[in-house]
Amino acid sequence: MDLMKLSFMLNGEATEIMVDPSDMLVDILRERLLLTGTKKGCGKGECGACTVIMDGAAVNSCMIPAMKAMGTTVQTIEGIGSPNQLHPLQESFMDEGAIQCGFCTPGMIMSAKALLDSTPHPDGAQIKEAIAGNICRCTGYVKIEKAILSASEKLKG
Amino acid sequence: MFQAYYMPQTVQEAMDILSGHKGQAAIIAGGTDLVLDIHEGKKNFSAFVDISRIPNLRSIEEEDGFLRLGAAVTHAQANRSALVQAAAPILAEACGKVGSLQIRNVATLVGNVVNAQPAADAAVALAALSAKAVIDDGTTCREVLVEDLYAEVGMCKVNPTKEIVTSLLVPVQKKRQGSAFVRLDQRKALALPMLNVAAVVQLDESGERFEWARIIMAPVGPGPVRGFEGENLLAGAAASRETIVQAAKAAVKHANPRSSALRGSREYRLGVLPVLVKRALEAAVIHAQKD
Ligand code: FES
Ligand code: FES
Repeated sequence: MDLMKLSFMLNGEATEIMVDPSDMLVDILRERLLLTGTKKGCGKGECGACTVIMDGAAVNSCMIPAMKAMGTTVQTIEGIGSPNQLHPLQESFMDEGAIQCGFCTPGMIMSAKALLDSTPHPDGAQIKEAIAGNICRCTGYVKIEKAILSASEKLKG
Repeated sequence: MFQAYYMPQTVQEAMDILSGHKGQAAIIAGGTDLVLDIHEGKKNFSAFVDISRIPNLRSIEEEDGFLRLGAAVTHAQANRSALVQAAAPILAEACGKVGSLQIRNVATLVGNVVNAQPAADAAVALAALSAKAVIDDGTTCREVLVEDLYAEVGMCKVNPTKEIVTSLLVPVQKKRQGSAFVRLDQRKALALPMLNVAAVVQLDESGERFEWARIIMAPVGPGPVRGFEGENLLAGAAASRETIVQAAKAAVKHANPRSSALRGSREYRLGVLPVLVKRALEAAVIHAQKD
């Protein structure tokens, strides 16, 4: 089988990599680009752990053939903050106790970020809609919703 | 697994790639169903032709009396579109029920139809609205009602290795028309429907009588199922509670649900279906009378 060249913007950097056309984006991110912040839970679109932002929209990277990322802009959890400078969402998740085991957190935060990027002041229903595709087995969601709300307030400035 | 991935810029280019692969290549758009089927070994193709980048397939446009939704239009796009919300509100609503936002952001309406799952929410709304699919086989384009595209469960009459559904044509809602979409599900998110019903009604000048009604029920057959007997009872009848209850009962005669661990038993679903049809019809009448 022939490898194909995938070029895209990943966390602000022009990225080129040779991929097998049947690779899924999540595997390229994790196994080849070593961005293991993006998690793979179910591998079939049911848990949202693999959520990344592609051209502004939250998507399940386990369902996206890597070649679909061609020419797009992709953001992963690694691209939105750093240990010294957390993104307001990351801060709020910690402050509100919205993280327990943490496995859902990167996907949850990327879903939340896609929401806040397009809707800076979401209401409760919009927050629920945005994270309905992200399963958390630990927190019970209430704290996550609070964290997203408080991050939106911080971002208001 | 597949060996090649093409991203054509025009429908013609896509058709050429398809015919060059002689049945081994398939069209992919959002891919949310197809990728799963490939991973589970249910389908096998050597190449994919991704039509989601073809510019004129990504738009929603109004053309006299119709909305034209391109084959790359996603559920999220249709759900948020002011045009769809105004001209075909149940379609916008149904599109918001599919999967999760991550799925709606990539899964297309045409994919929802051609994948031919009997309970596909968007397809149920499209069937109720008398929407047509425009199918291009490289030489001619034909228009087929969405409800007539189903061969059997999971089998669409469109051949993905030879033909492309380029768009959907959805009639714009007219005066004194109303519609409603009702869904029974186990949870409010990421749940397949146990039952869904869509109804579209046209009232007469007085607003008190039906001119016609369309009732679609799913998943109670190989594709979205029409409740012809109920529709016949309603044609020309008074828009009263009694006729609606009668019609709902009659419509359900066409339903043939199977017992399923996921969707509930046949008995339960046959028991609640008339109630859902009644609710859909009542809501559609209220909607039509507001107009
Ligand atoms: S790993 Fe992608 S949705 Fe679960
Ligand atoms: S914190 Fe454990 S799954 Fe969400």
